[in-house]
Amino acid sequence: MTATATAAPKAAKAPRVRERLLGRNPLGLLFSAPYLVFVLLVFAYPLVYSLWIAFHDFFFAAPGAQVDRPFVGLDNFVAAFSDPAVIRSFGNVGIFLLINVPLTVVLSLVLATALNRVTRFRTFLRVSYYVPYVTASVAVVGVWLFLFNGEGLVNQILGPLAPDPSWLISETWAMPTIAIFVTWKQLGFYILLYLAALQGVPKELYESASTDGAGAIRSFFSVTVPGVRPATVLVLLVSTVTGANLFTEPYLLTGGGGPNGASASPVLIMYQKGLQQGQPDVAAAIGIVLVVLVLVIAWLQNRFAGERD
Amino acid sequence: MSRRSKNRITPIDTLSETRMSRGQATLRAVVLALGALVFLFPFYYMVIGSLQTEPDPTVAGAFPNPANLTLDNFAAINERISLLTGLVNSGIFTLGVLLGTLVFGLLAGYALAQLHWRGRGATFALALLVQVVPFQLLMIPLYVLIARDYGLSDNYLGMILPFFINSTAVVIFRQYFLQLPKELFEAARIDGASELVLLWRIAIPLVRPALITVVLLTFIGPWNEFLWPFLITKDAALQPLAVSLANYISTVAASAANPFGATLAGAVVLAAPVVVLFIVFQRYFISTDIGSGVKG
Repeated sequence: MTATATAAPKAAKAPRVRERLLGRNPLGLLFSAPYLVFVLLVFAYPLVYSLWIAFHDFFFAAPGAQVDRPFVGLDNFVAAFSDPAVIRSFGNVGIFLLINVPLTVVLSLVLATALNRVTRFRTFLRVSYYVPYVTASVAVVGVWLFLFNGEGLVNQILGPLAPDPSWLISETWAMPTIAIFVTWKQLGFYILLYLAALQGVPKELYESASTDGAGAIRSFFSVTVPGVRPATVLVLLVSTVTGANLFTEPYLLTGGGGPNGASASPVLIMYQKGLQQGQPDVAAAIGIVLVVLVLVIAWLQNRFAGERD
Repeated sequence: MSRRSKNRITPIDTLSETRMSRGQATLRAVVLALGALVFLFPFYYMVIGSLQTEPDPTVAGAFPNPANLTLDNFAAINERISLLTGLVNSGIFTLGVLLGTLVFGLLAGYALAQLHWRGRGATFALALLVQVVPFQLLMIPLYVLIARDYGLSDNYLGMILPFFINSTAVVIFRQYFLQLPKELFEAARIDGASELVLLWRIAIPLVRPALITVVLLTFIGPWNEFLWPFLITKDAALQPLAVSLANYISTVAASAANPFGATLAGAVVLAAPVVVLFIVFQRYFISTDIGSGVKG
């Protein structure tokens, strides 16, 4: 005790400097160091590298070989967007988002609202809704190929109403079918998000709405919808980002973005151009344009659906 | 709720309420049942199709005679792609990610919640930001770095590296550790316990449900992931099941006469572990955890 007391004036200075530099528990930095290194290595550096690749003449070279990679300005962007297949893939993802995003928001909110009120079978229903979300896309794609092929169950039920050529080989229907598939697959996740948001809507609001004579439909639109607006903004953002990342479904459901590129997504084109045809610089340029477009859409969504203060 | 229980309910109120809620309840039940059917039917169909020698696409085929069911398709797909190899590779990939997340993600989550250090706010912001960085932007540079520069293609390390620590898990861990009372830790610190002891003896036992949630949430990432392992593994002996099954679907299936039986059998093997896991531990996969993970 006395030893500490006499040593205090001398020692106090050092900890204070350390505290100002590193905080009260510098150990926290040590604990977080592996995560920070991971983020730096796998996210920050590749992000910067991606920009660098897009503005240089970049090609695959033997490991360790010294090659010249000159700055080429916007050449890669010009090369990418003078290819009609690239333009078309952006149009395709636009169609995808126009179908997928509104459908996702409406269906997940309706199902979450219905699920929120039930007590019987609640667990069964909740689990059955998120089973597609937790299952591998590759596995469920197998069933959808079986369901939606020319002689598949869907066409058997539709009979003469079945489209010809069938869903996945028709230029008109390939992209909408993929959009429906992704909506079905991801919906469970958004239902969970809305269920969490619904817990935050004050019960009193429903009661006063019902006292004022509002029916179920009316209180859904005047209490539920405004009450979960922050969740809606999140659902819009996440479903847009997920949609822009579309790859597995066109690769497998429509045999690599067929027919005639009618269901090719930008990420699929990036894979084909960047890794199959050895033009990583052009692929990186496509990726950057795609992300910028997603950011613009997200900003617009936030602007028009977000909180109005 | 509380207000209504205090007020006396008049007979007219109850009458109109039951009438309205009965119609509503029917509508709700129809919507929910229809939803469940749409979500579950493809899974039923997957299992039924995998057990039929020649999957029958007609409506009658959805309700086959149990006597005609066989396991032939599982043997057929196992001949084309080794299911066991695929499952082992998926398992190694997933375990690697779980290990990284449970060790380093937990440490980071604890540091973000209970320790005061410079850069804490920035690190938390990073953990949120990382979750919205789209993979398409990272795909090319990560491939160049990991496959070309580090020479880690056809290697478990290369497969695991981009997913090694799940950022959503870091945020969920932080959320749970924040809920623990600070006094508990202060008292133990005065008693001279080190932070690692605190974490191991006090914090982890108290957040055990969070561990299960994080394991579930982290598990589906690598187990279901297709794009990255597809890019990085060309050697069939190292491919996770999702990749080898996808290769079967995209190449072999086109030439086979009736590919659906084998494809569906492979799909059942790929889907079953996850579906079983989520049914058994369903109560740990609830909305609030997922919400906090995404929203922060």
